[in-house]
Amino acid sequence: MPDDATPDAAPEETPEVAEVAEVAEVATPDPVHEELLARLGAALGEAVVESADACGGLVVRVAPDAWLRVAEVAKGPLECDYLSFVAGIDWMPAPAEGDGDSADTSSPVQPTTTTYGAAGSAGRFQVFAHVQSTDRHWGITFKTDVDESAPAVASWVPVYPGADWHERECWEMYGIRFEGHPALRHLYLPLDFEGHPLRKDFPLLARVVKPWPGLVDVEGMPGEEPAAVGAGTDGGGEE
Amino acid sequence: MSTTESPANAPGFEVDRDAIRHLADAQINVELDTGDMIINLGPQHPATHGTLRLVVRLDGERVLAADPVIGYMHRGYEKLTEFRTYPQITTLINRIDWLSSFANEVPFVDAAERLMGVEAPPRAAYIRTILTELSRIATFVLFLGEMGLQLGALTPAFYGFRDREHVLNLIEGATGGRFHPNFNRIGGLKDDLPWGWIAETRSVMSKILTACDTFEDLVAGNEIFLSRTRGIGVIPGEIGAAYGVSGSNLRASGVDWDLRRDGRPYLAYPEIDFQVWTHPDGDSFSRYWVRLQETRESVRMVLQLLDGLPAGPVMAKVPRIIKVPEGEVWAETENPLGQMGYYVVSKGATGPFRVKIRSASFSNVSILPWLLKGVYVPDVVTILASLYFILGDIDR
Repeated sequence: MPDDATPDAAPEETPEVAEVAEVAEVATPDPVHEELLARLGAALGEAVVESADACGGLVVRVAPDAWLRVAEVAKGPLECDYLSFVAGIDWMPAPAEGDGDSADTSSPVQPTTTTYGAAGSAGRFQVFAHVQSTDRHWGITFKTDVDESAPAVASWVPVYPGADWHERECWEMYGIRFEGHPALRHLYLPLDFEGHPLRKDFPLLARVVKPWPGLVDVEGMPGEEPAAVGAGTDGGGEE
Repeated sequence: MSTTESPANAPGFEVDRDAIRHLADAQINVELDTGDMIINLGPQHPATHGTLRLVVRLDGERVLAADPVIGYMHRGYEKLTEFRTYPQITTLINRIDWLSSFANEVPFVDAAERLMGVEAPPRAAYIRTILTELSRIATFVLFLGEMGLQLGALTPAFYGFRDREHVLNLIEGATGGRFHPNFNRIGGLKDDLPWGWIAETRSVMSKILTACDTFEDLVAGNEIFLSRTRGIGVIPGEIGAAYGVSGSNLRASGVDWDLRRDGRPYLAYPEIDFQVWTHPDGDSFSRYWVRLQETRESVRMVLQLLDGLPAGPVMAKVPRIIKVPEGEVWAETENPLGQMGYYVVSKGATGPFRVKIRSASFSNVSILPWLLKGVYVPDVVTILASLYFILGDIDR
């Protein structure tokens, strides 16, 4: 990104639409974001990979090995004393559900191509966290990439004790280990639960056990032939 | 045993009181010298509105360690949201904090609207603000009464339920649902306010102010209440913030932070005048006191909003099938229990790709292991009650 945006000269030289849009974006930076990014750059340097504006919120992607350092910087130079949450995300598109008969037609159809959100991602898993300042009233979302083969990242508990439960939840839901966490154990799920429910390849079990009721419960209007309505399902149990 | 027939009653018998005392001491030492004791508080307990289990390690009456066990009511909303469309999700999230369901809907609808670039009309924003504040009043009025109940005072709880009912009637009158309004739509509201509702709201607000005075006399001014809550369960502001404790709990620790004033401007809050109440002590009493003041403040806000209620439609123009463009957004609001937020990631479909639900009670309760260390068993109940959490808001 060029530091010195010159809106006067830029449109004449580059009449393409995309270029103009980019100039317009640079010309109206959020002063709070600028301030936060300046402080982050001074404290972290190379560890800041990418930053983006997500509907007015600042999202910064940082290098995975700097994750604990990021928490220290957030609490120190960024003055973010308040931990809002720590969570995980799985960017893999969910596999198509069912095999026709039991397909859950009620669920929204998501795109099958993998795209990464604000500030990008290096792979399937990411951990993201939101911290805020109760004094300066600003907030920032940090993201970091997590290796899919051995998902692990540093724990924030030494800096923000409130990260304890959030990380336990993230660990059981995504299988991402938090190195240095005092006791990674199940939070919501039973102790013998297997699998990581929030991963995209973990199906919504209710749909696997029983077809979506909307498919089988369709009843015809009085006078209509019931066979025409129930076609394609394993209906007919009524008779 | 024959010794229970005390010879002390016999005339002229001298009791060796020292010997009896030594005997009693010896027996106490024998019986209690059993080390620490681990006790389950819950899963069912009157101090909780659901099933929170607290495993406490006790040394006599003192808590050495406490470990909350949650998840008895985990409904997997974060997974479910990935299988539902945006309009369906407001029904789900109604059930997170069920005492202030309307307020739960607001940040989610806000997130979807911001991604879509839709803005609710001013009248809708005002009505949303009014109903959010009514939710707050309903939640807090119940708390103001119930907090007494946890300390053994039955009377205020009845007042709490009675006065909350007035507010729930208002919410039901406007939305059709006492607890689960599901009244928000992306782009506005399902309906306008019914005829006569505004006048009714004004009269209920004066009842709430009277109720606040009653609670101040009955509970906050009660000597027993004061001695049971002052200096008990103190949360220093910076520790509370690092644990993610928010809302009135954090303001009662002297942190002057309220998203209605300090967050990204939302609803009609920038247009009204209100005070943010804080208390420097951070103990159970100050959490009660702050909520008492905030209830009065909410009444003031509702009256202002009713005065300034603009005319016009309550629904913006939105497509019949809601598709939210690709992007992500963090939307947060100041809910009755604290900061409620949704991190919504959309990939352009009719439903979200990922929704991180940040609920207030989850973080508010996560401080318990730290907070309960060293307190006495009866104070555990006081502290739980003063933190004021909803189990659905912890377990989601």
